[in-house]
Amino acid sequence: MTRLDQTLARSTHTTFATNKVIKNTYLLLSATLLFSALMALLSMVLAVPLWTYTVSVIVAMLLGIFVLPRTQDSAAGLGVIFAITGLMGFGLGAVLTLYLQLPHGPQTVALALGGTGVIFLGLSGYALSSRRDFSFMGGFIFAGMLVMLVAVLANIFLQLPALQLAIAAGFILLMSGYILFQTSQMVHGGETNYISATYGLYLSIFNIFISLLQILGIFGGDE
Amino acid sequence: MELALQIASAVLVVIMLAVLWPAAKHWMQNSPEAKPGDWQAVGLALALVAGFIALLVYLVRS
Repeated sequence: MTRLDQTLARSTHTTFATNKVIKNTYLLLSATLLFSALMALLSMVLAVPLWTYTVSVIVAMLLGIFVLPRTQDSAAGLGVIFAITGLMGFGLGAVLTLYLQLPHGPQTVALALGGTGVIFLGLSGYALSSRRDFSFMGGFIFAGMLVMLVAVLANIFLQLPALQLAIAAGFILLMSGYILFQTSQMVHGGETNYISATYGLYLSIFNIFISLLQILGIFGGDE
Repeated sequence: MELALQIASAVLVVIMLAVLWPAAKHWMQNSPEAKPGDWQAVGLALALVAGFIALLVYLVRS
């Protein structure tokens, strides 16, 4: 095999591997979002109390921090990611039940859902089609996450509506940036684990939806 | 119950901060340089997101 043949073979292999990661990520993301929606529906039918949301998210986050990294390179990682997304969907059902009872609740939920879909598909489409390398955003994204977490920590006890609104707006922009960053990482080979990529994108979508729900709820006069 | 959930949430956030810190430090120190036009591309995308949110707020208020 000539040197040129070897280079071409390696390049084809890399492209194939990248496309496989992208395909598997979006397939798994679709499956987890569907499962999450079904769990939310179950939660709404069971009319679980609102504290279920907090407990579910806490357990899901702990699974994501301590269990998923240890299992994402094996088939067990699939079970863990479905457990995480199922728990978060189940908790979300409690929040949706609350919003649907408000005067403009169904409209708010529908707009938040549609808006989340448009934002995710638009940003993902842009990152995939432009093939621009957004890895330069890494420092900005992670620094932003630290700032947002500190704000969340403060507002757990301060319970200020204005701060809550700022946090919601901040999360939407930060998660939007993260979608660009993560999608670009998949395209350029920086992310090779489709379970890890799915988890990141799922959390982005979840956070955008919850934040949008809060913003639309506040401005719609429902909160 | 509510206080217990608040404390549990706060503990989780502190754990997340502790877990994210090494990754944040790595990315802040080792992020590649942006090419000309990169930040403008990001700014435009986020501005469109912000504008879209404003549209949704207008729709929910009308």
